[in-house]
Amino acid sequence: MLPLHFPDNNLLGALSSTLEEIFKLPVTILQKPFPLEQGKDPVRNQYNSTWILSQLLRQIPDESSKILGVTSLDLYIPVLTFVFGEAQLEGKAAVISSYRLRDELYGLPKNPEKLKERLEKEAVHELGHTFGLIHCREPGCVMYSVTYAEEIDFKSKNFCNACSILLESKKKIHPEG
Amino acid sequence: MNLNKNNQSVNILVVDDELSVRDSLTKWFKEDGYRANAAADANEALKKLKPGAWDIIFLDIKLPGMDGMELQQRIKSIDPNATIIMITAYASVDTAVKSLKEGAYDYVTKPVDPDYLSHLVANVIKQRRLLSENIQLKERIQELYEIDQIIGENPAMLKVFDLIKTVAPMDTTVMIKGESGTGKELIARAIHSNSPRRFFPIITVNCGGLTEGLTESEFFGHEKGAFTGALYRRKGKFEMANGGTIFLDEVGNIDPKAQTDLLRVIETKQFTRVGGDEIIKVDFRLICATNRDLELAVKEGKFREDLYYRLNVFSISIPPLRERRSDIPLLCNHFLKNFAASMNKPQTRFSPEAIKQLETYDWPGNIREMKNAIERAIVVAKGSSITVDDLPLPPSLKAVPEDQSLGAVEKAHVKNVLEQMGWNITRSAEMLGIDRATLYHKIEKYNLRK
Repeated sequence: MLPLHFPDNNLLGALSSTLEEIFKLPVTILQKPFPLEQGKDPVRNQYNSTWILSQLLRQIPDESSKILGVTSLDLYIPVLTFVFGEAQLEGKAAVISSYRLRDELYGLPKNPEKLKERLEKEAVHELGHTFGLIHCREPGCVMYSVTYAEEIDFKSKNFCNACSILLESKKKIHPEG
Repeated sequence: MNLNKNNQSVNILVVDDELSVRDSLTKWFKEDGYRANAAADANEALKKLKPGAWDIIFLDIKLPGMDGMELQQRIKSIDPNATIIMITAYASVDTAVKSLKEGAYDYVTKPVDPDYLSHLVANVIKQRRLLSENIQLKERIQELYEIDQIIGENPAMLKVFDLIKTVAPMDTTVMIKGESGTGKELIARAIHSNSPRRFFPIITVNCGGLTEGLTESEFFGHEKGAFTGALYRRKGKFEMANGGTIFLDEVGNIDPKAQTDLLRVIETKQFTRVGGDEIIKVDFRLICATNRDLELAVKEGKFREDLYYRLNVFSISIPPLRERRSDIPLLCNHFLKNFAASMNKPQTRFSPEAIKQLETYDWPGNIREMKNAIERAIVVAKGSSITVDDLPLPPSLKAVPEDQSLGAVEKAHVKNVLEQMGWNITRSAEMLGIDRATLYHKIEKYNLRK
């Protein structure tokens, strides 16, 4: 896991534990962030998540099979107005942003617990894509596709039975990851 | 395309000259489980186009070479059913409206809100699914009308209609008996179409056409390599009929081994494919038909008695056409109307003599023979009505006189026999059951000439 302009270490620690628990794989927090200015669109004032993925692939340590970038900056892909995160489908890299997960962005009071839960769900969701999982139709499954922050609250941070079985089979095909 | 399944049956093509748009959109759709592909320009897009290949096409209005608007026209000419959504980087309402007038479903302006895009695609799929279901339902409604396609007002046929209505809602096995050409399959379809199984298939097996030894494979399917030539696994007719009805036409013709197999599947509702060991459970209703006297076949030991009783639970006998002559004009006019319309021919009626002949003829081939005779008559007819000369009926019938007195009928009959025998007096007399002198006398009396 590589923090990229993400100052909240407590949140990172909690996220790391959740990912270890759900994926049953060891998680290491890297401390070598790379400059993000090249990925910034000054007009949109957003950061290109596809460019960040390409940079993350260069940072991946030999002993790791997946890398997750975590940022507090607002992410976009050119054709969409924003993204909560992006991942390589059945690839190695994923990135998530806490920017649009914060209640205060929508004029609501700060809610650190909700932010933590949303961030965990987005991290599991994007990493699920790197294991080859696609969006699930089960509303409670973490792989359920959402486009609003509030919708994230309706799903769990866990995979449904079908996605769990699929994930385990993918992990067996690629035992290193 | 089967839109009733999951997203993987939906194919999306993204046509955009910007690599980032192509990559990000196809990736976004793939994460949703859709099958997505991309083309960088019109030429690449056209190479990937063929009817039915793409359900949704995202098309950039501004493309190098041929622009999106022109490509939209080309796509519509190749695959009019594809749903086109225009992509524009410029919020040009004029161009967007023009594309909508040309048949595009909608347009999106880059960058597009993910929620909007998600709902747009979901709506397109919903609309296409409804359209597809609508077509399927119309086809099914057509099937439901099939009972109306059976024509007849004769009391014997009215009894058949009553029996169909009685037995259709039940799951009872039905045996349809009738001569060849009486419309046994139409009756079977009417029963199926009016049963709760109507939304599942009716599978017909013509048992008369089955080669001995291949019947088992036809009924139950086979696994790959089950026998020489079995290159692929094949589903049998019973498996295909799961949920619906299996119609065994000419069931009296199946060989003894197939009779045993058939009895077992009727009793257990399960079987294994040839060369396989997986037990396949099926839910079907059985309708069978025969033009043979199965009771006689049972007595002669040619048909299993236990199978006969399993099949003959509810029996419907269709009378031959000669036993319901009052229906002949109705049927003839029905076929005349249908064939004349489909062939774009002007004939709208039969001449009175033609109708009389049609009513008099015995129709050994029943309705099938009548249908073919009328089709042929419409092909050869020159005038506005079908005449006696247009009908392909045996010559003996063409001489049926207007005068139905005994003398006139005898005259016509003697003349016909003479013509059939080539005016050979000895053979004609033998056929008529009279001596030669009497025949000469009748030739003289009726003034018959070669």
